[in-house]
Amino acid sequence: MDPLFLSRLQFAAATFFHFLFVPLTLGLSLLVATMETKWVRTGDKTYLRMTKFWGKLFLINFAIGVVTGITLEFQFGTNWSRYSTYVGDIFGSLLAIEATAAFFLESTFIAVWVFGWKKLSPKFHAGVAWLIFFGANLSAVWILLANGWMQNPVGYVIRNGRAELESFTAVITNSFGWQQFLHTVSGAFLVGAMFVMGISAWHLLRKSNVDFFRRSFRLALPLGIFASLFVAVQGHFHGNEVAAIQPAKLAAMEAHWETTDHAPMHLLVLPDPENERNSVEFIKLPSMLSILAYNDPSATVKGLKDFPEDERPPVQLTFWSFRIMVGLGTLFIALMGWAWLKRNDIENQKALLWALLLAIPLPYLALQAGWAVAEVGRQPWIVYGIMRTADAVSPAINSAQVWFSLGSIVAIYTLLGITGFWLIVHYAKKGPKAA
Amino acid sequence: MDLQAIWFFLWGLLWAVFFMLDGYDLGAGALMPVLAKNERDRRMILNASGPFWDGNEVWLITAGGATFAAFPAAYAAMFSGLYTALMLLLFMLILRGVSFEFRGKVESAAWQRTWDWLHVVSSFVVALLLGVAFANIFRGLPLDEQGIFQGGLLTLLNPYGLAGGVLFVIMFFLHGALWLGLRTDGELQKRSQAVAEKLWIAFAIVLVLFLAYTAVETQLFSNYLRWPVLLIVPLLAVIGLIATRTFLGSRRMWPAMGASALTIVAVTFFGIIGLFPALLPSRLNPGWSVTAYNSSSSELTLTIMLVVVAIFVPIVIAYQTWAHLMFAKPMGDEDLDHEEAY
Repeated sequence: MDPLFLSRLQFAAATFFHFLFVPLTLGLSLLVATMETKWVRTGDKTYLRMTKFWGKLFLINFAIGVVTGITLEFQFGTNWSRYSTYVGDIFGSLLAIEATAAFFLESTFIAVWVFGWKKLSPKFHAGVAWLIFFGANLSAVWILLANGWMQNPVGYVIRNGRAELESFTAVITNSFGWQQFLHTVSGAFLVGAMFVMGISAWHLLRKSNVDFFRRSFRLALPLGIFASLFVAVQGHFHGNEVAAIQPAKLAAMEAHWETTDHAPMHLLVLPDPENERNSVEFIKLPSMLSILAYNDPSATVKGLKDFPEDERPPVQLTFWSFRIMVGLGTLFIALMGWAWLKRNDIENQKALLWALLLAIPLPYLALQAGWAVAEVGRQPWIVYGIMRTADAVSPAINSAQVWFSLGSIVAIYTLLGITGFWLIVHYAKKGPKAA
Repeated sequence: MDLQAIWFFLWGLLWAVFFMLDGYDLGAGALMPVLAKNERDRRMILNASGPFWDGNEVWLITAGGATFAAFPAAYAAMFSGLYTALMLLLFMLILRGVSFEFRGKVESAAWQRTWDWLHVVSSFVVALLLGVAFANIFRGLPLDEQGIFQGGLLTLLNPYGLAGGVLFVIMFFLHGALWLGLRTDGELQKRSQAVAEKLWIAFAIVLVLFLAYTAVETQLFSNYLRWPVLLIVPLLAVIGLIATRTFLGSRRMWPAMGASALTIVAVTFFGIIGLFPALLPSRLNPGWSVTAYNSSSSELTLTIMLVVVAIFVPIVIAYQTWAHLMFAKPMGDEDLDHEEAY
């Protein structure tokens, strides 16, 4: 296998693994900061115990998220040096701003938060929790503006054999990047909310610390409802932008082969990319795709066949990732609605509690799938329309080197993943300290 | 000075600050088997760095990010050329980072021994690799005319590169021992200070030998011959070194720490100034070197990034200083017996 293919595998492995931990950091930091603020406001010790219990799970998760993020920044240089040279003028500065303006904040204050319980006033300490939330989410802004630029390059000019910055304002107001940010962060809030609700459900099923976990559940529920609705509605507008800016990605997301107006959608589809068609199309919703993509039933939707073959993304992966994301997103709205209806009697709702518990991994899966749609759907481009992934790989590396690093990453990350998962489960089951 | 030159020195400054800060927690971690006699000592050592190591490491991310933003071609050549070494460094940083967090989470001696062991090895290897990498940059890399590295991992393990590794390890050992002499209490504190005195001798010898070896092996001194006034930088390293010993002798640990930090920054800048204007000199042909001028971003990006750095780096320094001052006192039992401690 060539260094290009191995480098792609490695980047995918490193990104997806890192992205298992980031969403919980983004979402749970909001809930922990809220808990601590409630403690400061009310003086109710349960909120302090909540802050400490959920804070501990947050920290275990945070540690893995941080250490695996380092690999990502450096991989652009190690494996994608031609990409780095070609677009570093723009992309590199966004990463550098992320480190200086956001990551420092998050990393410095998380330690202050952990070690500063006795050194800071409660109010100040709660303020630090908000700084962590703010820093983490600000990181996401810059990272997604950087990715947004790869999806929809703006504010650049090709000069001196590379992409050079022409308008910084255009780069940081890139609506594609901001849409990605809103979509990712609302998804991450849902991960945080469903994590808290799911673990609470486990304890409520066992009738352990009922008051503590009922209140944790009630605290997370509004965020879960808000995030599940927001991510879907906003996702629709994000989809409109994909349709306008990355029509090939849209066509792959829907396995839409022929250019048509009044484009329909089918609930059951089995794509058959070999023969440039779908082997199964079942339950037709007339004009639905035109409506979803362009808010107009008569709109023409360009089919995959009208894109040159070497400009089409991998159809199966993009299509299924999109279906999984949207299907799960719909399920979450239903689940949150159900939880809302039964919120006042939650400790006696066995079926709902089981559903919430079993649903813990699902928003993770939805986010991973969404990330796959964004990244796989962008192929064959590393920067949409201006640079191909195949042209971006480092000339200085060979297969043996990448085999070594890929193998090590898989081994180390597996170890970290198992350990981290086990620790989170261990502390989640252990429950809060006695009052 | 033009933008490229300003950025060249900022680039050097970010690395120097990273070495100065992460140096003490790396050194402290690697010294654990030497200094710790019992479980309390080991926890002391980890918790001494507890509130800081993460923020310290962000200077590495920032140094990397700034290289990417300001000198993309250098970023590309450096990290793809030093591929395997950098990957090893990253893996070690990963294991080291989680060892802080994971160690205390399970009440099992075997579990804790495992993470301690990983912590010590990774701290040591990170220090070593940083030294090897930078000494090789000082010496020049086998870069072809496209800036592509013509060599492998073994290319880096030349005598001068290894000497750089030894220099960094001992420099960080000393810095870490001073840190523990400042942050810990009782026997551990005394032991750290006594070990620091011995390490100081070793460091002084290695530093002098390294500077002499540098004169033989690299072109770093040519800038100094051209502008002898710059010799003030290596002189500052020597002053820092002497001050470190003086303050250590009278057990004034914060000033000793500060003097050691000065030494580290001055040693780094000794190299950075010697390199100028090359970020990565080529051994194959000086004309193929990756320099601040042939690898830089556009004027617009350099200007914007300069504004970003001018605003945010002072803010970062302010809150990191505040955080250090908050935990400036030697730790005691109360710092170990709360549930958040490592």
